[in-house]
Formats: sequence, structure tokens, C-alpha cells
Amino acid sequence: MSGIISYGAYIPLWRLSRDVIAAGWGRASLGGERSVANNDEDTVTMAVEAVLDCLNNVDRGIVDGLYFASTTAPFREKQCAALVAAAADLRTDIITMDFSNSLRAGTAALRAALDAVNSGSAENVVVVAADSRLAYPRSDYEQNFGDGAAALLVSRNHTPVATVEASYSVSNDMYDVWRLDKDIFVQSWEDRFIIEHGYLENMSKAISGLMKRQDLKAESVNKAIFYAPNVRAQQTLARQVGLDVKTQLQDLLMGSLGVCGSAHALIMLVAALEEAKGGETFLLASYGDGSDAFLIKVTEAVGKIKGKQRGVKGFLNSKRSLPSYERYLSYRGLVEPQPGEPFRLFPSSSASWRERNWAIRFHGSRCKNCGLITFPIQRVCYGCRSKDNYEEVRLSDKRGTVYTFSLDTLAGRSDDPMVPHIVIESELGKTRIYSIMTDCDPSEIKIGMSVEMTFRRMYEGAGMYNYFWKCRPVR
Amino acid sequence: MESIKDKVAIIGMGCTKFGERWDAGLDDLAIEAAYEAFEDAGIDPADIQAGWFGTVTAPTTGIGATHAINPLKLRIPMTRVENWCITGHEALRNACFGVASGMYDIVLALGVEKLKDTGFPGLGTGRGMGPVLEARRTSPGSFALIATRYFYTYDLSPEEGKRVIGKIAVKNHYNGSMCPKAHFRNKITLEQVLNAPIIAWPLGLFDCCGNSDGAAAAVLVPAKIAKDFRKDPVYIKGLGQSFDPLLPHTRPGFDWLTWDALVDSSHQAYEQAGIKNPREELDIAEVHDCFTITELIIYENFGFCPRGKAKEDIDAGFFELTGGLPVNADGGLKCFGHPVGASGLRMTYEVYKQMQGKAQSPERQLKDVRFGLSHTFGGPPQVSAVAILGRELG
Repeated sequence: MSGIISYGAYIPLWRLSRDVIAAGWGRASLGGERSVANNDEDTVTMAVEAVLDCLNNVDRGIVDGLYFASTTAPFREKQCAALVAAAADLRTDIITMDFSNSLRAGTAALRAALDAVNSGSAENVVVVAADSRLAYPRSDYEQNFGDGAAALLVSRNHTPVATVEASYSVSNDMYDVWRLDKDIFVQSWEDRFIIEHGYLENMSKAISGLMKRQDLKAESVNKAIFYAPNVRAQQTLARQVGLDVKTQLQDLLMGSLGVCGSAHALIMLVAALEEAKGGETFLLASYGDGSDAFLIKVTEAVGKIKGKQRGVKGFLNSKRSLPSYERYLSYRGLVEPQPGEPFRLFPSSSASWRERNWAIRFHGSRCKNCGLITFPIQRVCYGCRSKDNYEEVRLSDKRGTVYTFSLDTLAGRSDDPMVPHIVIESELGKTRIYSIMTDCDPSEIKIGMSVEMTFRRMYEGAGMYNYFWKCRPVR
Repeated sequence: MESIKDKVAIIGMGCTKFGERWDAGLDDLAIEAAYEAFEDAGIDPADIQAGWFGTVTAPTTGIGATHAINPLKLRIPMTRVENWCITGHEALRNACFGVASGMYDIVLALGVEKLKDTGFPGLGTGRGMGPVLEARRTSPGSFALIATRYFYTYDLSPEEGKRVIGKIAVKNHYNGSMCPKAHFRNKITLEQVLNAPIIAWPLGLFDCCGNSDGAAAAVLVPAKIAKDFRKDPVYIKGLGQSFDPLLPHTRPGFDWLTWDALVDSSHQAYEQAGIKNPREELDIAEVHDCFTITELIIYENFGFCPRGKAKEDIDAGFFELTGGLPVNADGGLKCFGHPVGASGLRMTYEVYKQMQGKAQSPERQLKDVRFGLSHTFGGPPQVSAVAILGRELG
């Protein structure tokens, strides 16, 4: 039976207290905090993190499809899924696809993945959704939105932790929340209209339609995982479809995370699976230009993968507070940071393409003659001078320790003026890696400290975004 | 393999005032250094038969030796050389080979760098490793990696470690204060060094050399005819050059303390010059103090002192003007800055002048300088060049 065989999530380290945002504008705080992607993160890098979390303890060789969903992809023309798949070091003979433009993109990708495995066109498909939407400064949405990603591995032949029994979709054309092709910020119509005739009407239509068709009684639902733009709308919906807000409704994560756009329904699903027991029934529903509803049954296998992923819980618990609203504006590109020292080497598409196996897949070379591992890939072995006699080894999933470091104040952006330069000794063959540390307090860096690798956007040059791996303290 | 010893002599040298030379472009600096060298050698520019021109950042690479030929109006074979921070030494080295081969009798080695037309104070980021690896790498950020590891290995707290290397800055500024051609001529105290803003932790402002414009030049002839030009020529005794085999940042097992390029280049030069004990036999050393920690690891890799023991010699003043082996008697890169293509020749200029008893400012003049060393070091990966000069033949 097809279903979800693994799950993962990613939530950026940085959180911003809504009181800090409110204080910036002298207005009321909605309370709690939201996640904020770092200035080197985007939906591609967050998606890579979620995929790696999902594939922890999974043989990556089985994955034959990756579907990426976002309304805030870094590219208009150029697929994100292919880049995410490469950074996740997946095979190249796989199906990759991007889903976009709707807050339902995440569940649309999930449905497509289920269809693919059910039809036999793929065996194991990773669905990943990531979003980092920008709200007008001072708006409620600015406080409500969060940044994050979730990933699900959908499979036909492996034991699922949850099966998707049925689904029901509703399509609806409406200007409720939207962005034109030229917009930076999310626009919206009056809240009372869009909640009543957009959110509540469409969500309840899909949910009730599914319940009726599957003959599902409200009392047999263990968790109702309902996307919502805010807590009040979610609770109103739950009551409308006959559910108990206190016992059956999955937490919207508004207090600790914020609403993460097209990724949010999947993030909530992952959070629910983390707490699930075998035999439970979930009702998942997402919203955006209509609604998708899914009936999900948790299997006994859910217990077996617990603790193998960091998931929503793990990443939510690992956090640091952004000290100021200004820092948030700069991290999200809303104010322009003064650049560090000018960068002299501009990227080249052809050079990046040649270097993809070490720069994106983060492979080193292991000499077949003497066994020495070197990063980046070396054609002539440093240890024994064997030429072109190596195999590639993946270093992105290996931890390492800080061998030496420095804290550079010349090269940083004005919103992150100190750049920690790190020489890492990897746990794999003591391979040395040179990397910048991100998501850290530079004053806490010490020789011997444990680090892990993280895929980040490095800089923009020659009209391209350039990605590479940094390190960070183990989260 | 033959030694270069006693085959080539320097008969004239020139060195510009180093500093923020807003008044002078690359061409002006070239003229200033070359004409001082011509005058010092007592030759006419038209006597020069070939030249080697070192510069690194000159208005884009790929334009060859234009900035040497055009301003000097020479009609000779001229080759541009570029090899990281040892570029000035490469001009000298290749000019020596041109003479030693017998091809030319009078040649020019010229090193020029104009750094202050870029609009920013450092050398910039993104050189050497490729776009993604280099994204935010700077020279201070990389050299500071040595300090962190050195302090850790020898169990020095960052505070203790900074005091040790800080004394090198104090020494070099003291020496530079007496050198009219230096960029920085201020004496500093250890307290100033320790309290200065951090550039790349653990290195502070005074641990880093400045960014300056400058040029230096040498006129070289076969040793056997040198005395036809002047009574006190200076002879090339040894020339070493070596690279580390891989970027230190990614080199397996690298300890950040033993630098192959430093060890190999100095040993090559010692062997050619017949120097067995550099600590005792050298009378002056001009070494690559781009950062104070660099000067410290040079002491230990050049055999000036045992490994891990630099602190004792620094505390004892061994490398000061009055010590056993004065290092950077003109103030070094610390006071001259590091106009990359010029530095190797500027250091050689100091050794040359000290040997002739003509150091700028008599209070800096060392006694009886018979053997001297000049050295530059850059990368990544690291590359090092050493020239050993002697006052007498044999």
C-alpha cells in the first residue's frame, strides 16, 4: 500500500519575538515568536535541509522523484527541484518537478507524488515544500508569517508510517491573498470577506465532502490538521465541521513558528506524525485557491522512525533570538546591507557546472590506491600522486570538529559583520574542509567544537545565485 | 643542479616612498623606483638590455608589461611576472637567471603595485580558491587561522598569544619610525596593540600590515663585471622558491605550524649560499610580516629559533635592531604595507643598503652586515621566495 514512509522538517534557527516587531512600529503584539530565515537561506536551502532530515537513515538511492513546492522560489525560470535533488545527492535518473503559485502547492505536490507511486511511474518520491513569504512591514501578516519547510517520502513498496486513504479537492478562483508577478509583498482583501467566503467556505466544503464520501464521523478523527491564516479562523472551521477544538485540532504553531505558506500544512502533518500512535486517523486540509483534504491513517510503523529525524519538534527547540527588527528586515532583504569587501571572482555557469559534484553534492575524493580522502575532489592524490584513481564520497552528511578558526570583520555584510572562517576536520577520514560558519554566536566557537554541514546561498554575482555548503554548530 | 651563488650582482637599487600615494599612479611609481636604481648604478636607462616586471593587481591582468615599458620608454625584452605575494622576488629571481644564463649583461628587476585606486582598504575577497570556496575569504581571515592553532598547540591563552605576537608589531613599528620611506612611522606600545580593534580575531589592527602603494627596482649584472660599475656591489648568494602542495585550508593532516614552502625555500637558499646556521650566520633578515603571526612562524620555519620557542626569543629581544638577528630592520610590511609586486624588492633594497652601510637614518644602520636574507610569502596555497645576499664574493 502506498503511503508516507518518512518525514522531515526544517525551521531556521532564528526567531523573532512579535513584541520586537510590534515595538518597531509602536503597535500591538500578537504574542509569541516567528521563525526568520537567515540572510543566506531561501526556499531552496530550507528544502534541502528538510529533505536531508527526511532521508536521514533512508538509502538515498531509492529515491526516484523529488517534487518541490513553494510560492517563494528563488527562480522564475529554472527548476528548484533539480537543485534540491543535487544538493541532497540524489540520483539523476529521477523525476523532478516544481509546484508553485498557490498556498496549496505543498499538498498539490503530495497528491501528485501519491498519484505517481500509485500509478507506478515512480517508486519513491520526496515531496518538499518550503516558503518564506514577505508581508508588508507593519501588517498583521508580518507578525503571522514564518519561514520553514517540510518533506515527506512517499512510497509504493516500503512499509508506510501513514497511508493516505482518500482525498477531496475543491477549486476556487478568488482574490483573497495574492501576489502579482511584480509584487514583493502579499496582498489581501478585507479579512472578513476572505475568511468567510474564501477560507471557511472552501475548507469546510473539502473536509465535509471527504468525510461524507468516506463515511467518516467527526468523533473518529484523532487529529484535524488544518492549515489556517490565523488561530481564530482555524478554530471556527473546526467547530463548523463538528470537531472539538481542544482535543482534536492540531496546533497551528502560531506561537512558536508562524504560518509558513505552502509548506505549513505539511509542517503541521509532520508535527502530528511526531506525536502519533499507530491506528490513529488524521484529517489533513490545506487552503489556497480552493482546498485539498486528505484522510490519513497512521500505522504501527510510525513508532519505528521516531527519533531518527529532527522534525518540527527538534528544529523548534533549537533556536536563537534575533535581537532586533532591523536585523529581520536585513535578513529578508527589505533593507539593503552594506556589502563587505568587494568580491573579485565572479561565478561562471560552465565552471559551476564542472564543479557541481563537489560544490553542490559536496563530494570529496577517496584515493583507490592509498585511501586518502580530500575535499574538494583532487584528480591527483595528495597522498600518493595516483592520477584519476579515486571514488567520490559524500561529506555533507558527516559531522566534523573545528580544527582552527578565525573571526573576520572585513568580509561580512553589515548585518553580519563577523565571518567565522572554519577549518573542519570531518569525521569521515579526518578530511579537511574549509567553510564559513553560519547560524552561530561567533564568541562561542572553539577548537574541537562539533559542527555539521548546511547548504546555503553564498552570494549573487553575474546574474546568478550561488550556493555552497557552510557549517554550523550541531542543532 | 648548479648554485646561483656569486654569479649575479646587484649594482643599483631604487625604492619609492611607500604609502597612500594618491599623487602617483602605477607609471609614476615605476619611474620613481627605476630611475633611482639607474642613478644608483650609474647607468643610462638605454643600457638596460632586458627586464622583468612584477605586479599583481595592475589594471586587470592580461596586459603584460605595458606599465613598465610605456612609462620608461624602453625598447627591450620585458616580461611580466606574477606569483602571489612573492611577485617582487620573482622579478628579481628571473632577472638573475637572465644574467646567469649569459644571455644579458645589464637587466632590470622592477616591482610595482598600486593598491589605493580600488576604493577599499584591503586586498578584497575572492582570490585563489574559486567562487564558492572564496566567497568571504580575506587575507587576515586566513592568516588568523594560523594564530588560533598556534596558540592552541602551545597552550597559550588568546591573551598570552596576542602579547607574544604583539611585541613583533611593537618592534617593527619602532624600526619603521626611523625609516623615511616607510608608510607608517609611528612608534606603538604593546597596550595599543592589545587594545586595537579586531580585524580577524585573534588578529587586531596592529597585527596586520597596511595597504600601501609602492615600487622598488634593482639593476643586475654578472658578478665578474660588477666592480666595473661600483666598488660595493652586493652579490646574490642563494635563491629559493617553493609552494605548499595543497591549500592549507583543505590539506589532509596539515598542522598549520609547519609550512613546506617556508622550510623548502629557505633550505634551498641556505644550501646555495653555504649557510649552515642561519641564526648565527645571518646579519639581517627582511621577512614577510604581512601579519605578526606570520613573522613568528617564519622564525620557527626558517630555523631562526626552535619550534614553539619563538616566545623566548621575542621576549629576549633577539630579533630587535640590537639583538642577535635583527628582523625587519626597516619596519617590514608592518610599516611599509604590502604593495604586492614591490615588497620582495623593497626588502632586498633594505638588505642591499644595510650591506653598503647606507641605511636610511644612521641610527638604524647595523654593524658589519655580511649576509642578509629577504623573503616573501603568499598564497593560497602558500608560496615562498627567499633571496640571500652577500657583501663579498666567495
